[in-house]
Amino acid sequence: MMDTTEPVISIRDLRVRRGRIAVLHGLTLSVPRGQVVGLLGPSGCGKTTLMRSIVGVQDVAGGEVTVLGGPAGSADLRHRVGYVTQAESVYDDLTVRQNLAYFCRVLGAPRSDVDRVIAQTDLGGNSGQLVNSLSGGQRSRVSLAAALLGSPELLVLDEPTVGLDPVLRVNLWKLFHELARAGTSLLVSSHVMDEATRCDRLLLMREGEILADETPDGLLAATGARDAEEAFLTLIARHPPEVSDGGNS
Amino acid sequence: MNAGRTFATAGRVLTQIRHDPRTIVLLVVVPSLLIGLVAWIFTDTPIFDTIGPALIALFPFIVMFLIASITTLRERRTGTLERLLSMPLGKADFILGYTLAFGLLAILQAAVAVSFAVWVCGLTIKGSIWLLLAVALADAVLGTTLGLFASAFARTEFQVVQFMPALVFPQVLLGGIFLPRDQLPDVLHVISDWLPLSHAIDALRAVATNSEDAAYVGGELLIIAAFAVGAVVLGSITLQRRTS
Repeated sequence: MMDTTEPVISIRDLRVRRGRIAVLHGLTLSVPRGQVVGLLGPSGCGKTTLMRSIVGVQDVAGGEVTVLGGPAGSADLRHRVGYVTQAESVYDDLTVRQNLAYFCRVLGAPRSDVDRVIAQTDLGGNSGQLVNSLSGGQRSRVSLAAALLGSPELLVLDEPTVGLDPVLRVNLWKLFHELARAGTSLLVSSHVMDEATRCDRLLLMREGEILADETPDGLLAATGARDAEEAFLTLIARHPPEVSDGGNS
Repeated sequence: MNAGRTFATAGRVLTQIRHDPRTIVLLVVVPSLLIGLVAWIFTDTPIFDTIGPALIALFPFIVMFLIASITTLRERRTGTLERLLSMPLGKADFILGYTLAFGLLAILQAAVAVSFAVWVCGLTIKGSIWLLLAVALADAVLGTTLGLFASAFARTEFQVVQFMPALVFPQVLLGGIFLPRDQLPDVLHVISDWLPLSHAIDALRAVATNSEDAAYVGGELLIIAAFAVGAVVLGSITLQRRTS
């Protein structure tokens, strides 16, 4: 068993280029174990690229990404890290249960996991429906359910609450905290600042850089702001963006 | 590579197709209708007996090329491929799963087409029907693997459909259906020797006329298999876990 105080993700000097544009220029950060960590920032700031680097599906130009003690993307991590992309990445022409049963077999997870994740994501009433007959919110929950199969130690969720109604959103955040209490570490991205208060810890990101790595209360105290949105604006005012090489600013 | 994951993938692909009955009907019925049409056109001539076997080689190849390239392109575009490659699925599991599923479909398709050609249209098969089915199956596998490979170079469904005329039509033109291959200009004859479909058509013709022994047909099958393996190897190189 690994030391529980050791960070679940640690990144040193991560650089990623897409084409000629530098998306991440030398990120260094660490994510603690067993917490819900929010990755917040406007669209296009590099959240998805950072998450893809953590999961190990992103070509990186340099730096080190260590996840659960091993290099990101190594074969052993494919069982231990669950990843939800912004696209639903489930099969439209299969039912909810057929999708989950397939991913369950690929992961080699116990069959009973399918029923567990269906219950966790409130999809019990839709399990026999084809995914293409579901609403957008339901589809993104199927995608989340697939990532919960096999109980991964780390969940990387790219905007999992987009397009969900408020009740479902509250339920999902409750689920995230239940998972964290059970020992799962979560990295959840969002561009909606009012979700910040639901996280144990926040990473504020802008134009490929981390502006703040704080608890929500710490962030408000440090900036004297009333809410996350205001705190974010204060931080931007303090750190005027650098002109990035190859960028169009 | 893991048998459980390969079978799971094949089962998943077949379940997807089962949810699409129209595709199944088209897959099974259209080749027979076209073979029937050709037989009708050449009523009272011996021509159907010479090109009939070639038609049986064409359908599994073209159809499997198309559906394999489109379905795998869809996996690349919707993100399901990225999800699978971030899971412990081997590239070989993915490709073999697809090949297995489409191979089973091809058996169904070829069985219906061959039965229709022989019993309804009166095509004479002097050799073994089983050998004929084996060649048709090898052909379908070849189409599947080439389709998987081609999908890597297309960004949209429009592009991937254009690969059909680019990669498939030259093989049809040079395969000996329009003019026997030994009557082609020398350069084209040499080129046609290097195209897998030519060997499939040669093999089917040999079975239909029983003009060669099983060793010859086996040799042609090996050539088709070599092309299929080559396409699988190239195709698996295009399945990258890390992308930019």
